[in-house]
Amino acid sequence: MTPVATTFFFYFLAAVTVISGLLVITQRNAVHSALALILSLLGQAALYLMLYAPFVAGVQIILYAGGIMVLFLFVIMLVSIEQQQKEEQFNKLWVVGVLAAVALGGLFVGVYVKGKALFSGPVLPFSEPSNTQQIAVLLYGNYMFAFEIASLLLLVAIIGAVVMAKKRI
Amino acid sequence: MLDYITSYLSDTVKVTPGQVGNVFWIVVYIFIVFGGVSVAVIAMNWLERKALAHFQIRLGPMRVGPHGLLQPIADALKLFTKEDIIPSAADKLVFWIAPLIILCASFTTYIVVPFGPTHAITDLNIGILFMLGVSSLSVLGVVMAGWASNSHYPLIGALRSSAQMVSYEIAMGLAVVSAVLMTSLNAAGTGTLSMIGIVRAQQAQHVWFLFKFFPLGLIAFVIFAIAMIAETNRAPFDLPEAESELTAGFHTEYSGLRWSLFMLGEYAAMIAVSSIAVTLWLGGWMRPFPNALTGDTWDAVFSLFPGLTFLGLAAICFVGVARMPKHPYFRVQTIGLAGFGAVLGLIGLVLFAPPVRDRIQDIYWFVAKVGVFMYLYIWYRATFPRYRFDQLMKVGWKVLLPIALGVLIATAVWGVLV
Repeated sequence: MTPVATTFFFYFLAAVTVISGLLVITQRNAVHSALALILSLLGQAALYLMLYAPFVAGVQIILYAGGIMVLFLFVIMLVSIEQQQKEEQFNKLWVVGVLAAVALGGLFVGVYVKGKALFSGPVLPFSEPSNTQQIAVLLYGNYMFAFEIASLLLLVAIIGAVVMAKKRI
Repeated sequence: MLDYITSYLSDTVKVTPGQVGNVFWIVVYIFIVFGGVSVAVIAMNWLERKALAHFQIRLGPMRVGPHGLLQPIADALKLFTKEDIIPSAADKLVFWIAPLIILCASFTTYIVVPFGPTHAITDLNIGILFMLGVSSLSVLGVVMAGWASNSHYPLIGALRSSAQMVSYEIAMGLAVVSAVLMTSLNAAGTGTLSMIGIVRAQQAQHVWFLFKFFPLGLIAFVIFAIAMIAETNRAPFDLPEAESELTAGFHTEYSGLRWSLFMLGEYAAMIAVSSIAVTLWLGGWMRPFPNALTGDTWDAVFSLFPGLTFLGLAAICFVGVARMPKHPYFRVQTIGLAGFGAVLGLIGLVLFAPPVRDRIQDIYWFVAKVGVFMYLYIWYRATFPRYRFDQLMKVGWKVLLPIALGVLIATAVWGVLV
Protein backbone atom coordinates (compact mmCIF):
# COMPACT_ATOMS: atom_id res chain seq x y z
CA MET A 1 0.00 0.00 0.00
CA THR A 2 1.64 3.23 -1.16
CA PRO A 3 1.03 6.51 0.64
CA VAL A 4 -1.20 8.96 -1.24
CA ALA A 5 -0.09 12.59 -1.70
CA THR A 6 2.05 12.48 1.41
CA THR A 7 3.87 15.77 0.96
CA PHE A 8 0.68 17.69 0.37
CA PHE A 9 -0.97 16.20 3.46
CA PHE A 10 2.07 16.88 5.60
CA TYR A 11 2.16 20.57 4.70
CA PHE A 12 -1.62 20.85 4.98
CA LEU A 13 -1.71 19.30 8.46
CA ALA A 14 1.35 21.22 9.59
CA ALA A 15 -0.29 24.46 8.42
CA VAL A 16 -3.51 23.57 10.28
CA THR A 17 -1.56 22.81 13.46
CA VAL A 18 0.58 25.94 13.36
CA ILE A 19 -2.14 28.38 12.31
CA SER A 20 -4.60 27.13 14.92
CA GLY A 21 -1.78 27.21 17.45
CA LEU A 22 -1.28 30.90 16.62
CA LEU A 23 -5.03 31.46 16.93
CA VAL A 24 -4.91 30.03 20.46
CA ILE A 25 -2.74 32.91 21.68
CA THR A 26 -4.18 35.69 19.51
CA GLN A 27 -7.92 35.21 20.12
CA ARG A 28 -9.36 37.48 22.80
CA ASN A 29 -12.29 35.17 23.43
CA ALA A 30 -11.20 32.28 25.66
CA VAL A 31 -13.67 29.83 24.13
CA HIS A 32 -12.34 30.56 20.65
CA SER A 33 -8.83 29.93 21.95
CA ALA A 34 -9.89 26.58 23.38
CA LEU A 35 -11.54 25.58 20.10
CA ALA A 36 -8.43 26.55 18.15
CA LEU A 37 -6.39 24.45 20.57
CA ILE A 38 -8.65 21.48 19.84
CA LEU A 39 -8.08 21.97 16.11
CA SER A 40 -4.35 22.14 16.72
CA LEU A 41 -4.43 18.91 18.75
CA LEU A 42 -6.44 17.17 16.01
CA GLY A 43 -3.86 18.30 13.46
CA GLN A 44 -1.17 16.76 15.66
CA ALA A 45 -3.14 13.52 15.86
CA ALA A 46 -3.30 13.41 12.07
CA LEU A 47 0.47 13.99 11.90
CA TYR A 48 0.97 11.02 14.24
CA LEU A 49 -1.12 8.96 11.82
CA MET A 50 1.19 10.04 9.01
CA LEU A 51 4.13 8.79 11.09
CA TYR A 52 2.45 5.35 11.18
CA ALA A 53 1.67 5.68 14.89
CA PRO A 54 -2.10 5.07 14.89
CA PHE A 55 -2.31 4.21 18.59
CA VAL A 56 -0.76 7.50 19.69
CA ALA A 57 -3.10 9.33 17.31
CA GLY A 58 -6.15 7.57 18.72
CA VAL A 59 -5.14 8.24 22.30
CA GLN A 60 -4.42 11.87 21.43
CA ILE A 61 -7.96 12.27 20.09
CA ILE A 62 -9.64 10.47 23.00
CA LEU A 63 -7.67 12.08 25.81
CA TYR A 64 -6.84 15.58 24.62
CA ALA A 65 -9.49 16.52 22.09
CA GLY A 66 -12.31 14.45 23.57
CA GLY A 67 -11.55 14.50 27.30
CA ILE A 68 -9.31 17.24 28.59
CA MET A 69 -10.44 19.96 26.20
CA VAL A 70 -14.09 19.27 26.99
CA LEU A 71 -13.31 19.86 30.67
CA PHE A 72 -11.44 23.08 29.71
CA LEU A 73 -14.44 24.29 27.73
CA PHE A 74 -16.68 23.27 30.59
CA VAL A 75 -14.89 25.70 32.87
CA ILE A 76 -14.36 28.51 30.35
CA MET A 77 -18.03 28.48 29.37
CA LEU A 78 -19.00 29.57 32.86
CA VAL A 79 -16.68 32.60 32.78
CA SER A 80 -18.30 35.86 31.75
CA ILE A 81 -16.74 36.52 28.37
CA GLU A 82 -17.86 40.15 27.98
CA GLN A 83 -16.02 41.31 31.06
CA GLN A 84 -12.93 39.34 30.15
CA GLN A 85 -12.71 40.85 26.67
CA LYS A 86 -12.52 44.40 28.04
CA GLU A 87 -9.67 43.57 30.40
CA GLU A 88 -6.11 44.62 29.64
CA GLN A 89 -3.45 41.96 29.50
CA PHE A 90 -2.02 42.07 32.99
CA ASN A 91 1.22 40.15 32.87
CA LYS A 92 4.22 42.04 31.49
CA LEU A 93 6.60 39.14 31.01
CA TRP A 94 7.30 39.79 27.34
CA VAL A 95 11.09 39.80 27.85
CA VAL A 96 10.94 36.25 29.20
CA GLY A 97 8.59 35.32 26.36
CA VAL A 98 10.95 36.63 23.69
CA LEU A 99 13.91 34.86 25.31
CA ALA A 100 12.02 31.56 25.44
CA ALA A 101 10.91 31.94 21.84
CA VAL A 102 14.45 32.70 20.68
CA ALA A 103 15.82 29.71 22.58
CA LEU A 104 13.20 27.37 21.10
CA GLY A 105 13.70 28.85 17.65
CA GLY A 106 17.45 28.38 17.94
CA LEU A 107 16.89 24.76 18.89
CA PHE A 108 14.65 24.24 15.85
CA VAL A 109 17.17 25.87 13.52
CA GLY A 110 19.91 23.73 15.01
CA VAL A 111 17.92 20.55 14.48
CA TYR A 112 17.08 21.65 10.93
CA VAL A 113 20.73 22.33 10.06
CA LYS A 114 22.25 19.31 11.78
CA GLY A 115 19.18 17.06 11.39
CA LYS A 116 20.67 14.91 8.64
CA ALA A 117 23.56 13.92 10.86
CA LEU A 118 21.52 13.45 14.03
CA PHE A 119 18.77 11.27 12.59
CA SER A 120 19.67 8.60 10.09
CA GLY A 121 17.13 8.32 7.30
CA PRO A 122 13.45 7.45 7.62
CA VAL A 123 13.13 4.44 9.88
CA LEU A 124 9.94 2.67 10.80
CA PRO A 125 10.51 1.12 14.24
CA PHE A 126 7.31 -0.92 14.15
CA SER A 127 5.19 -1.87 11.20
CA GLU A 128 1.81 -0.15 11.22
CA PRO A 129 -0.37 -3.29 11.70
CA SER A 130 1.41 -4.32 14.93
CA ASN A 131 1.98 -0.81 16.30
CA THR A 132 -0.45 -1.16 19.20
CA GLN A 133 0.89 -4.54 20.26
CA GLN A 134 4.47 -3.24 20.20
CA ILE A 135 3.56 -0.25 22.36
CA ALA A 136 1.87 -2.60 24.83
CA VAL A 137 4.95 -4.82 24.98
CA LEU A 138 7.18 -1.81 25.64
CA LEU A 139 4.90 -0.18 28.23
CA TYR A 140 3.99 -3.29 30.17
CA GLY A 141 7.23 -5.17 29.55
CA ASN A 142 10.47 -3.21 29.24
CA TYR A 143 9.36 0.03 30.88
CA MET A 144 6.74 -1.29 33.27
CA PHE A 145 8.31 0.25 36.38
CA ALA A 146 8.49 3.76 34.89
CA PHE A 147 4.97 3.40 33.55
CA GLU A 148 3.57 2.38 36.93
CA ILE A 149 5.38 5.25 38.66
CA ALA A 150 3.87 7.69 36.19
CA SER A 151 0.37 6.32 36.77
CA LEU A 152 0.92 6.47 40.55
CA LEU A 153 1.93 10.14 40.23
CA LEU A 154 -1.24 10.85 38.31
CA LEU A 155 -3.31 9.06 40.96
CA VAL A 156 -1.72 11.16 43.69
CA ALA A 157 -2.49 14.31 41.71
CA ILE A 158 -6.13 13.25 41.30
CA ILE A 159 -6.55 12.51 45.00
CA GLY A 160 -4.86 15.80 45.87
CA ALA A 161 -7.24 17.69 43.58
CA VAL A 162 -10.25 16.02 45.19
CA VAL A 163 -8.99 16.79 48.70
CA MET A 164 -8.36 20.44 47.83
CA ALA A 165 -11.68 20.90 46.03
CA LYS A 166 -13.95 19.32 48.63
CA LYS A 167 -14.34 20.88 52.04
CA ARG A 168 -15.91 17.82 53.58
CA ILE A 169 -15.11 14.35 52.29
CA MET B 1 -8.53 2.13 -15.26
CA LEU B 2 -11.01 -0.70 -15.77
CA ASP B 3 -8.41 -3.20 -14.62
CA TYR B 4 -7.87 -1.10 -11.53
CA ILE B 5 -11.60 -1.23 -10.77
CA THR B 6 -12.07 -4.94 -11.47
CA SER B 7 -8.89 -5.97 -9.66
CA TYR B 8 -10.67 -5.61 -6.32
CA LEU B 9 -13.56 -7.84 -7.42
CA SER B 10 -11.46 -10.96 -7.99
CA ASP B 11 -12.09 -13.78 -5.57
CA THR B 12 -8.55 -13.72 -4.22
CA VAL B 13 -9.11 -10.36 -2.48
CA LYS B 14 -10.32 -11.10 1.02
CA VAL B 15 -9.86 -7.68 2.65
CA THR B 16 -11.56 -4.32 2.68
CA PRO B 17 -10.96 -1.76 -0.07
CA GLY B 18 -9.16 0.50 2.39
CA GLN B 19 -6.56 -2.17 3.08
CA VAL B 20 -5.99 -2.81 -0.61
CA GLY B 21 -5.76 0.93 -1.15
CA ASN B 22 -8.19 0.85 -4.10
CA VAL B 23 -9.42 4.45 -4.17
CA PHE B 24 -12.33 3.77 -6.53
CA TRP B 25 -13.91 1.15 -4.30
CA ILE B 26 -13.18 3.20 -1.17
CA VAL B 27 -15.25 6.03 -2.65
CA VAL B 28 -17.99 3.62 -3.71
CA TYR B 29 -18.13 2.08 -0.24
CA ILE B 30 -18.21 5.51 1.40
CA PHE B 31 -21.19 6.46 -0.73
CA ILE B 32 -22.95 3.16 -0.01
CA VAL B 33 -22.35 3.30 3.73
CA PHE B 34 -23.20 6.98 4.18
CA GLY B 35 -26.24 6.71 1.92
CA GLY B 36 -27.36 3.59 3.77
CA VAL B 37 -26.96 5.28 7.13
CA SER B 38 -28.94 8.30 5.98
CA VAL B 39 -31.75 6.06 4.74
CA ALA B 40 -31.61 4.12 8.01
CA VAL B 41 -31.94 7.39 9.94
CA ILE B 42 -35.02 8.31 7.90
CA ALA B 43 -36.51 4.85 8.43
CA MET B 44 -35.67 5.01 12.14
CA ASN B 45 -37.42 8.36 12.42
CA TRP B 46 -40.63 6.87 11.02
CA LEU B 47 -40.31 3.66 13.02
CA GLU B 48 -39.72 5.54 16.27
CA ARG B 49 -42.81 7.69 15.85
CA LYS B 50 -44.93 4.71 14.85
CA ALA B 51 -43.65 2.34 17.54
CA LEU B 52 -43.87 4.99 20.29
CA ALA B 53 -47.42 5.76 19.20
CA HIS B 54 -48.38 2.09 19.36
CA PHE B 55 -46.75 1.75 22.78
CA GLN B 56 -49.01 4.58 23.92
CA ILE B 57 -52.08 3.20 22.12
CA ARG B 58 -52.12 5.92 19.49
CA LEU B 59 -51.93 5.61 15.73
CA GLY B 60 -48.97 7.91 15.11
CA PRO B 61 -48.48 9.50 11.70
CA MET B 62 -51.23 8.32 9.35
CA ARG B 63 -51.84 11.18 6.93
CA VAL B 64 -48.82 11.45 4.64
CA GLY B 65 -48.69 8.27 2.60
CA PRO B 66 -50.07 4.91 3.71
CA HIS B 67 -49.49 4.53 7.46
CA GLY B 68 -47.44 7.73 7.38
CA LEU B 69 -44.65 6.11 5.34
CA LEU B 70 -43.85 9.39 3.60
CA GLN B 71 -43.91 11.41 6.83
CA PRO B 72 -40.09 11.65 7.14
CA ILE B 73 -39.89 13.09 3.62
CA ALA B 74 -42.58 15.63 4.44
CA ASP B 75 -40.74 16.50 7.64
CA ALA B 76 -37.47 16.92 5.76
CA LEU B 77 -39.11 19.24 3.23
CA LYS B 78 -40.62 21.27 6.04
CA LEU B 79 -37.25 21.59 7.78
CA PHE B 80 -35.51 22.63 4.55
CA THR B 81 -37.97 25.41 3.88
CA LYS B 82 -38.16 26.72 7.43
CA GLU B 83 -36.59 30.03 8.33
CA ASP B 84 -33.11 29.60 9.73
CA ILE B 85 -32.85 31.75 12.83
CA ILE B 86 -29.57 32.71 14.47
CA PRO B 87 -30.01 34.58 17.75
CA SER B 88 -28.57 38.09 17.55
CA ALA B 89 -26.44 37.57 20.67
CA ALA B 90 -25.10 34.24 19.44
CA ASP B 91 -21.50 33.59 18.51
CA LYS B 92 -22.14 33.17 14.76
CA LEU B 93 -19.14 31.07 13.79
CA VAL B 94 -19.34 28.60 16.68
CA PHE B 95 -23.12 28.43 16.33
CA TRP B 96 -22.64 27.55 12.68
CA ILE B 97 -19.93 24.91 13.19
CA ALA B 98 -21.46 23.04 16.16
CA PRO B 99 -24.03 20.92 14.25
CA LEU B 100 -21.44 20.13 11.59
CA ILE B 101 -19.05 18.77 14.24
CA ILE B 102 -21.71 16.48 15.67
CA LEU B 103 -22.63 15.29 12.18
CA CYS B 104 -19.03 14.73 11.07
CA ALA B 105 -18.10 12.96 14.32
CA SER B 106 -20.96 10.49 14.09
CA PHE B 107 -20.54 9.81 10.37
CA THR B 108 -16.74 9.46 10.47
CA THR B 109 -17.03 6.49 12.83
CA TYR B 110 -18.61 4.45 10.03
CA ILE B 111 -15.22 4.23 8.31
CA VAL B 112 -14.32 1.20 10.45
CA VAL B 113 -17.74 -0.41 11.02
CA PRO B 114 -17.39 -3.98 9.71
CA PHE B 115 -20.54 -4.97 7.86
CA GLY B 116 -18.71 -8.08 6.71
CA PRO B 117 -15.16 -9.40 6.39
CA THR B 118 -14.79 -7.43 3.14
CA HIS B 119 -17.69 -5.02 3.56
CA ALA B 120 -16.11 -2.15 5.44
CA ILE B 121 -14.56 1.03 4.14
CA THR B 122 -11.30 0.14 5.82
CA ASP B 123 -9.95 -1.83 8.74
CA LEU B 124 -7.76 0.20 11.05
CA ASN B 125 -5.34 -1.35 13.48
CA ILE B 126 -6.90 0.87 16.17
CA GLY B 127 -10.49 0.35 14.96
CA ILE B 128 -12.39 0.38 18.25
CA LEU B 129 -10.17 3.13 19.69
CA PHE B 130 -10.85 5.20 16.59
CA MET B 131 -14.60 4.74 16.97
CA LEU B 132 -14.60 5.69 20.65
CA GLY B 133 -12.29 8.64 20.05
CA VAL B 134 -14.14 10.13 17.13
CA SER B 135 -17.54 9.63 18.71
CA SER B 136 -16.26 11.35 21.87
CA LEU B 137 -15.65 14.44 19.74
CA SER B 138 -19.40 14.91 19.42
CA VAL B 139 -19.36 16.20 23.02
CA LEU B 140 -17.54 19.21 21.65
CA GLY B 141 -20.38 19.90 19.26
CA VAL B 142 -22.88 19.78 22.12
CA VAL B 143 -20.81 22.10 24.30
CA MET B 144 -20.23 24.53 21.44
CA ALA B 145 -23.91 24.59 20.52
CA GLY B 146 -24.91 25.26 24.10
CA TRP B 147 -22.39 28.02 24.62
CA ALA B 148 -22.75 29.73 21.24
CA SER B 149 -26.53 30.04 21.61
CA ASN B 150 -25.88 32.54 24.45
CA SER B 151 -29.02 31.54 26.25
CA HIS B 152 -29.76 29.87 29.57
CA TYR B 153 -31.46 26.61 28.64
CA PRO B 154 -28.91 25.59 26.02
CA LEU B 155 -26.03 26.39 28.38
CA ILE B 156 -27.48 24.27 31.19
CA GLY B 157 -28.26 21.52 28.70
CA ALA B 158 -24.73 21.59 27.35
CA LEU B 159 -23.23 21.49 30.86
CA ARG B 160 -25.35 18.51 31.80
CA SER B 161 -24.64 16.79 28.55
CA SER B 162 -20.88 17.19 28.68
CA ALA B 163 -20.77 16.00 32.30
CA GLN B 164 -22.92 13.02 31.42
CA MET B 165 -21.04 12.04 28.28
CA VAL B 166 -17.62 12.39 29.88
CA SER B 167 -18.71 10.30 32.90
CA TYR B 168 -20.29 7.48 30.94
CA GLU B 169 -17.42 7.35 28.47
CA ILE B 170 -15.26 5.90 31.25
CA ALA B 171 -17.58 3.00 32.11
CA MET B 172 -18.06 2.44 28.39
CA GLY B 173 -14.33 2.35 27.76
CA LEU B 174 -13.72 -0.14 30.58
CA ALA B 175 -16.46 -2.45 29.24
CA VAL B 176 -14.87 -2.25 25.79
CA VAL B 177 -11.43 -3.03 27.23
CA SER B 178 -12.73 -6.22 28.86
CA ALA B 179 -14.05 -7.34 25.47
CA VAL B 180 -10.75 -6.45 23.79
CA LEU B 181 -8.98 -8.45 26.50
CA MET B 182 -10.95 -11.51 25.46
CA THR B 183 -9.52 -11.30 21.94
CA SER B 184 -6.04 -11.92 23.35
CA LEU B 185 -6.94 -15.44 24.51
CA ASN B 186 -5.75 -17.13 21.32
CA ALA B 187 -2.81 -19.31 20.47
CA ALA B 188 -0.50 -16.37 19.74
CA GLY B 189 -1.59 -14.56 22.90
CA THR B 190 -1.95 -11.18 21.19
CA GLY B 191 -5.17 -9.21 21.19
CA THR B 192 -6.40 -6.76 18.62
CA LEU B 193 -8.25 -3.46 18.49
CA SER B 194 -9.31 -3.83 14.87
CA MET B 195 -13.06 -4.22 14.42
CA ILE B 196 -12.68 -7.02 11.89
CA GLY B 197 -10.03 -8.65 14.07
CA ILE B 198 -12.42 -8.68 17.05
CA VAL B 199 -15.11 -10.50 15.07
CA ARG B 200 -12.52 -12.91 13.72
CA ALA B 201 -11.39 -13.62 17.30
CA GLN B 202 -14.97 -14.56 18.22
CA GLN B 203 -15.07 -16.76 15.14
CA ALA B 204 -11.82 -18.46 16.12
CA GLN B 205 -12.90 -18.99 19.74
CA HIS B 206 -16.31 -20.33 18.66
CA VAL B 207 -18.22 -18.07 21.02
CA TRP B 208 -19.81 -14.63 21.03
CA PHE B 209 -18.07 -12.53 23.66
CA LEU B 210 -21.52 -12.04 25.19
CA PHE B 211 -21.35 -15.65 26.45
CA LYS B 212 -17.61 -15.84 27.03
CA PHE B 213 -16.63 -16.38 30.70
CA PHE B 214 -20.32 -16.37 31.58
CA PRO B 215 -21.48 -14.07 33.20
CA LEU B 216 -18.51 -11.69 32.78
CA GLY B 217 -19.10 -11.01 29.11
CA LEU B 218 -22.78 -10.49 29.76
CA ILE B 219 -22.14 -7.96 32.55
CA ALA B 220 -19.66 -6.02 30.40
CA PHE B 221 -22.20 -6.00 27.60
CA VAL B 222 -24.98 -4.72 29.88
CA ILE B 223 -22.71 -1.93 31.15
CA PHE B 224 -21.93 -0.95 27.59
CA ALA B 225 -25.60 -1.13 26.63
CA ILE B 226 -26.50 1.27 29.47
CA ALA B 227 -23.56 3.60 28.87
CA MET B 228 -24.23 3.82 25.15
CA ILE B 229 -27.73 5.15 25.79
CA ALA B 230 -26.29 7.83 28.06
CA GLU B 231 -23.60 8.58 25.45
CA THR B 232 -26.17 9.25 22.77
CA ASN B 233 -28.37 11.32 25.12
CA ARG B 234 -31.41 9.12 24.67
CA ALA B 235 -34.22 8.37 27.10
CA PRO B 236 -34.08 7.52 30.00
CA PHE B 237 -30.81 9.50 30.09
CA ASP B 238 -31.98 12.38 27.89
CA LEU B 239 -31.37 15.01 30.56
CA PRO B 240 -29.54 17.38 28.21
CA GLU B 241 -32.79 17.82 26.33
CA ALA B 242 -35.28 17.23 29.13
CA GLU B 243 -38.34 18.95 27.69
CA SER B 244 -40.04 19.61 30.99
CA GLU B 245 -37.04 21.46 32.42
CA LEU B 246 -34.91 22.78 29.58
CA THR B 247 -37.28 23.19 26.59
CA ALA B 248 -34.99 21.28 24.23
CA GLY B 249 -31.60 21.48 25.94
CA PHE B 250 -28.55 22.38 23.94
CA HIS B 251 -30.37 22.80 20.64
CA THR B 252 -33.16 25.06 21.90
CA GLU B 253 -32.05 28.00 19.74
CA TYR B 254 -31.59 25.95 16.60
CA SER B 255 -34.21 25.75 13.90
CA GLY B 256 -34.76 24.40 10.42
CA LEU B 257 -31.91 22.70 8.64
CA ARG B 258 -29.39 23.12 11.46
CA TRP B 259 -31.73 21.45 13.93
CA SER B 260 -32.23 18.57 11.51
CA LEU B 261 -28.43 18.16 11.35
CA PHE B 262 -28.48 17.60 15.13
CA MET B 263 -31.15 14.95 14.73
CA LEU B 264 -29.27 13.28 11.88
CA GLY B 265 -26.10 13.24 13.97
CA GLU B 266 -27.91 11.83 17.00
CA TYR B 267 -29.50 8.97 15.09
CA ALA B 268 -26.28 8.22 13.19
CA ALA B 269 -24.45 8.08 16.54
CA MET B 270 -27.09 5.68 17.88
CA ILE B 271 -26.51 3.33 14.95
CA ALA B 272 -22.74 3.70 15.35
CA VAL B 273 -22.64 2.74 19.04
CA SER B 274 -25.08 -0.11 18.40
CA SER B 275 -22.71 -1.44 15.77
CA ILE B 276 -19.87 -1.27 18.30
CA ALA B 277 -21.95 -3.40 20.67
CA VAL B 278 -22.80 -5.85 17.88
CA THR B 279 -19.18 -6.13 16.80
CA LEU B 280 -17.77 -6.59 20.28
CA TRP B 281 -20.29 -8.90 21.90
CA LEU B 282 -22.74 -10.24 19.37
CA GLY B 283 -20.43 -11.73 16.79
CA GLY B 284 -20.59 -8.94 14.21
CA TRP B 285 -21.47 -10.26 10.79
CA MET B 286 -21.63 -13.95 11.79
CA ARG B 287 -24.92 -15.76 11.37
CA PRO B 288 -26.56 -17.31 14.45
CA PHE B 289 -25.15 -20.67 15.59
CA PRO B 290 -22.17 -20.80 13.20
CA ASN B 291 -20.64 -23.75 15.06
CA ALA B 292 -23.71 -25.61 16.41
CA LEU B 293 -25.66 -25.77 13.16
CA THR B 294 -22.85 -26.39 10.69
CA GLY B 295 -22.79 -27.97 7.27
CA ASP B 296 -23.87 -26.92 3.81
CA THR B 297 -27.56 -27.51 4.55
CA TRP B 298 -27.66 -25.06 7.43
CA ASP B 299 -25.52 -22.58 5.47
CA ALA B 300 -28.08 -22.75 2.69
CA VAL B 301 -30.99 -22.36 5.12
CA PHE B 302 -29.49 -19.30 6.81
CA SER B 303 -28.55 -17.75 3.49
CA LEU B 304 -32.26 -17.65 2.58
CA PHE B 305 -33.04 -15.26 5.45
CA PRO B 306 -32.30 -11.94 3.65
CA GLY B 307 -34.63 -12.79 0.78
CA LEU B 308 -37.31 -14.12 3.12
CA THR B 309 -37.16 -10.94 5.20
CA PHE B 310 -37.81 -8.75 2.18
CA LEU B 311 -40.59 -11.09 0.98
CA GLY B 312 -42.11 -10.84 4.46
CA LEU B 313 -42.01 -7.03 4.32
CA ALA B 314 -43.62 -7.21 0.87
CA ALA B 315 -46.34 -9.49 2.29
CA ILE B 316 -47.00 -6.95 5.06
CA CYS B 317 -47.34 -4.25 2.40
CA PHE B 318 -49.84 -6.34 0.44
CA VAL B 319 -51.87 -7.04 3.58
CA GLY B 320 -51.90 -3.26 4.05
CA VAL B 321 -53.10 -2.85 0.47
CA ALA B 322 -55.92 -5.33 1.06
CA ARG B 323 -56.95 -3.51 4.24
CA MET B 324 -56.93 -0.02 2.69
CA PRO B 325 -60.30 1.71 2.72
CA LYS B 326 -62.02 1.26 -0.63
CA HIS B 327 -62.67 4.95 -1.13
CA PRO B 328 -61.52 6.87 -4.23
CA TYR B 329 -59.66 9.26 -1.90
CA PHE B 330 -57.26 6.46 -0.95
CA ARG B 331 -56.66 5.18 -4.49
CA VAL B 332 -53.25 6.85 -4.98
CA GLN B 333 -52.06 5.68 -1.58
CA THR B 334 -53.19 2.10 -2.27
CA ILE B 335 -51.41 2.02 -5.61
CA GLY B 336 -48.29 3.51 -4.04
CA LEU B 337 -48.26 0.95 -1.23
CA ALA B 338 -48.74 -1.88 -3.73
CA GLY B 339 -45.85 -0.51 -5.78
CA PHE B 340 -43.65 -0.27 -2.66
CA GLY B 341 -44.56 -3.87 -1.79
CA ALA B 342 -43.74 -4.98 -5.33
CA VAL B 343 -40.31 -3.29 -5.14
CA LEU B 344 -39.60 -4.94 -1.78
CA GLY B 345 -40.69 -8.33 -3.19
CA LEU B 346 -38.46 -7.85 -6.21
CA ILE B 347 -35.48 -7.03 -3.98
CA GLY B 348 -36.31 -10.17 -2.00
CA LEU B 349 -36.28 -12.29 -5.16
CA VAL B 350 -32.96 -10.78 -6.28
CA LEU B 351 -31.50 -11.65 -2.87
CA PHE B 352 -32.26 -15.34 -3.52
CA ALA B 353 -29.82 -15.43 -6.46
CA PRO B 354 -26.75 -17.42 -5.27
CA PRO B 355 -23.99 -14.87 -6.08
CA VAL B 356 -25.93 -12.03 -4.45
CA ARG B 357 -26.92 -14.27 -1.55
CA ASP B 358 -23.32 -15.12 -0.71
CA ARG B 359 -22.17 -11.51 -0.78
CA ILE B 360 -25.10 -10.00 1.05
CA GLN B 361 -25.39 -12.43 3.99
CA ASP B 362 -22.81 -10.78 6.26
CA ILE B 363 -24.37 -7.37 5.79
CA TYR B 364 -27.83 -8.79 6.48
CA TRP B 365 -26.90 -10.37 9.81
CA PHE B 366 -24.98 -7.31 10.94
CA VAL B 367 -27.82 -4.96 10.07
CA ALA B 368 -30.37 -7.30 11.65
CA LYS B 369 -28.48 -7.27 14.94
CA VAL B 370 -28.11 -3.49 14.85
CA GLY B 371 -31.83 -3.28 14.09
CA VAL B 372 -32.61 -5.10 17.33
CA PHE B 373 -30.67 -2.41 19.21
CA MET B 374 -32.49 0.36 17.41
CA TYR B 375 -35.81 -1.18 18.44
CA LEU B 376 -34.52 -1.43 22.03
CA TYR B 377 -33.77 2.30 21.96
CA ILE B 378 -37.42 2.99 21.16
CA TRP B 379 -38.56 0.47 23.73
CA TYR B 380 -36.48 2.10 26.50
CA ARG B 381 -37.81 5.49 25.55
CA ALA B 382 -41.38 4.25 25.83
CA THR B 383 -40.80 2.34 29.06
CA PHE B 384 -38.47 4.14 31.46
CA PRO B 385 -39.04 7.47 33.18
CA ARG B 386 -36.22 10.01 32.95
CA TYR B 387 -33.50 9.92 35.61
CA ARG B 388 -32.79 12.87 37.85
CA PHE B 389 -29.35 14.38 37.29
CA ASP B 390 -27.85 13.28 40.61
CA GLN B 391 -29.26 9.79 40.08
CA LEU B 392 -27.68 9.73 36.66
CA MET B 393 -24.27 10.66 38.06
CA LYS B 394 -24.68 8.15 40.88
CA VAL B 395 -25.41 5.34 38.44
CA GLY B 396 -22.48 6.31 36.25
CA TRP B 397 -19.80 6.74 38.89
CA LYS B 398 -20.91 4.57 41.80
CA VAL B 399 -22.53 1.62 40.03
CA LEU B 400 -21.32 1.21 36.45
CA LEU B 401 -17.70 2.25 36.96
CA PRO B 402 -16.89 -0.09 39.90
CA ILE B 403 -18.68 -3.01 38.25
CA ALA B 404 -16.85 -2.38 34.99
CA LEU B 405 -13.52 -2.28 36.82
CA GLY B 406 -14.38 -5.50 38.66
CA VAL B 407 -15.38 -7.22 35.44
CA LEU B 408 -12.16 -6.09 33.78
CA ILE B 409 -10.03 -7.52 36.61
CA ALA B 410 -12.08 -10.73 36.78
CA THR B 411 -11.76 -11.20 33.02
CA ALA B 412 -8.00 -10.75 33.22
CA VAL B 413 -7.71 -13.25 36.11
CA TRP B 414 -9.96 -15.79 34.41
CA GLY B 415 -8.04 -15.36 31.16
CA VAL B 416 -4.75 -16.07 32.91
CA LEU B 417 -6.14 -19.13 34.76
CA VAL B 418 -7.75 -20.77 31.72
